[in-house]
Amino acid sequence: MKKHPKTLFEKIWESHVVYSQPGFPNVLYVDAHLIHEVTSPQAFDGLRRRNISVFRKKRTWATADHNVPTKDQHLPIKELLSKVQVEKLTKNCKEFDIRLYGLGHPFQGIVHIIGPELGITKPGMTIVCGDSHTSTHGAFGSIAFGIGTSEVEQVLATQTILQQKPKTMKIEINGKLGKGVVSKDIILYIISKISTSGATGYFVEYAGSTIRGLSMEARMTICNMSIEMGSRGGMIAPDEITYQYMKGRKFAPKGNNWNTALQYWKTLPSDKGAKYDREITFKAEDIEPMVTYGTNPGMGVKITAKIPKESSFTSDRDRASFRQAISYMNLKPGAKMQDQKVDYVFLGSCTNSRIEDLRMVAEVVKGRKKVDNVEVFVIPGSKQVEMQARKEGLDKLFAQAGFELRGPGCSACLGMNEDKIPSGKYCISTSNRNFEGRQGPGARTFLASPLTAAASALTGRITDPRELL
Amino acid sequence: MKKNNIIISSTCVPLPVENIDTDQIIPARFLKAITREGFGENLFRDWRFDAEDNLKKNFVLNNTKYKGEILIAGRNFGCGSSREHAAWALSDYGFKAVFSSFFADIFKNNALINHLLPVIVSEKFLQKLFRTIENDPKAKVAIDIEKQTIRIEKTGEEEKFPMDPYRKMCFLKGYDDVDYLLSLKSQVLTFEKARKNDYSIV
Repeated sequence: MKKHPKTLFEKIWESHVVYSQPGFPNVLYVDAHLIHEVTSPQAFDGLRRRNISVFRKKRTWATADHNVPTKDQHLPIKELLSKVQVEKLTKNCKEFDIRLYGLGHPFQGIVHIIGPELGITKPGMTIVCGDSHTSTHGAFGSIAFGIGTSEVEQVLATQTILQQKPKTMKIEINGKLGKGVVSKDIILYIISKISTSGATGYFVEYAGSTIRGLSMEARMTICNMSIEMGSRGGMIAPDEITYQYMKGRKFAPKGNNWNTALQYWKTLPSDKGAKYDREITFKAEDIEPMVTYGTNPGMGVKITAKIPKESSFTSDRDRASFRQAISYMNLKPGAKMQDQKVDYVFLGSCTNSRIEDLRMVAEVVKGRKKVDNVEVFVIPGSKQVEMQARKEGLDKLFAQAGFELRGPGCSACLGMNEDKIPSGKYCISTSNRNFEGRQGPGARTFLASPLTAAASALTGRITDPRELL
Repeated sequence: MKKNNIIISSTCVPLPVENIDTDQIIPARFLKAITREGFGENLFRDWRFDAEDNLKKNFVLNNTKYKGEILIAGRNFGCGSSREHAAWALSDYGFKAVFSSFFADIFKNNALINHLLPVIVSEKFLQKLFRTIENDPKAKVAIDIEKQTIRIEKTGEEEKFPMDPYRKMCFLKGYDDVDYLLSLKSQVLTFEKARKNDYSIV
């Protein structure tokens, strides 16, 4: 009998169901659990209260990223509460015997940067973390999603998690990208088309020739922002590009084990004729550099476009959201996106802080200088990215342009550590969220690609990077 | 965890804004606590207070006309960050339920685990609720968890809401997910033993 064709998602999900019973969510085995200082302390307290240990210690990895300063990382953290939270993680990891790549460790960095970089992230796995951008890891063909702190406790205690099986969606992008159009533009374009809730309840698989042509780092940028359209996870089937990226990394299989793993990974891509609950197709040729004007990631337009007017929205609800966003951003409807002033440029976050992102920045700013009234943060995603950038001389190239390469961390993505954007100021940012106050109370965010953000630093206005390439 | 009453009856707080993300519910700078308590103080912090910590008078939580254990919000409530602190903040402030026509997945799950009831209502009923509360801030709404219904008390208008049977049981009996999962330990051990193609740890 012919086998029922399955999607990549179904294959992985089914092979991880430990237990199911009608009317109950599935009990899913978790292969890798990543933790950080913000969403784990209450979970460890839960273990203490129940007087139990961590069930599978080798399957959890910890790092400190959200609260860490990006300057003078060798000195004690200045902000007391941040310091306490980071120290609590260290204590918890010691008490429960969990691997920690803390501040000062050569592997420290943003949790979603270090997982792939160390080879923890691999195809066919289930990966969770108390952070919504865990979707990043799906780029390797794994089921990876963000969880809350109570679920962190479930995983620490049992290595399993209770989950309703989501629906599946395929988003296909075919064709050749134009000059200056990168993966960040692809995902901002998709979200602008399907809205910030367009994929809620679904797990997304990205496919098509455009996706196949992307590097692993570019694929991670796309999967990273799946949550910004409501999807808990986004995934891409593994291929030669995936295997090339993984080979030789610290936690990747070695020798014969690599060969057997490879055979298994090659069975994972969706079968021909596999059915999805929803399918959407886009053309790469339609995508231009994108930038957001509003206060959710779905409020994006082509960089050559104008800020929409209220009359371009059809429903009262959308008009109300638009009014609130435009008032917070203090922008003029109908004005050109490219005329907008920028005070800060943030190059970093789990979306765009890998070495290829920094190389993109270098490509734009090489031999050029930022304008005086703009402040630029370049924040590598991990210590390893930072070391690589220094090795390639990017730090010097940035310094000549007036950019500062700092230490790794979440930095100004979320206004939780010392790096914040002041109230009322405009920041063009390579991060993932332009919510009100996300980068600091009153801060105003334009989301864009590293190319666009770097180009804007050179002019102090939102600038089309194609003019500089 | 403690058992919940089958019926909650309360006045409501209307917040007719769509896509309320968890950064608005509790901004990241207040996530530094290492316990679950006290987050209510900073619920909707930047909508409730200005930069000098003065109350913003036009925000609904600062309007003495509106009080209650039910928050009624626009579509796509709780999108964005997975921070469970958002559910903790709403509970700590005193809310027992949130009504919306659509919830983000992670928030919905976090809320249920913390026995803060996310009630999905139709867009039409949501608009009716907003109008009812606007006309009469003292109007009460009753939630019957057993029957999965919400009812505007003075008019008797009613709507059913969906609820996962497992979550309903947890809610009514005060069960806890970790206890349930710990009870399945032998199944987990069997799964691990039978496992093929696991290359996750080397």
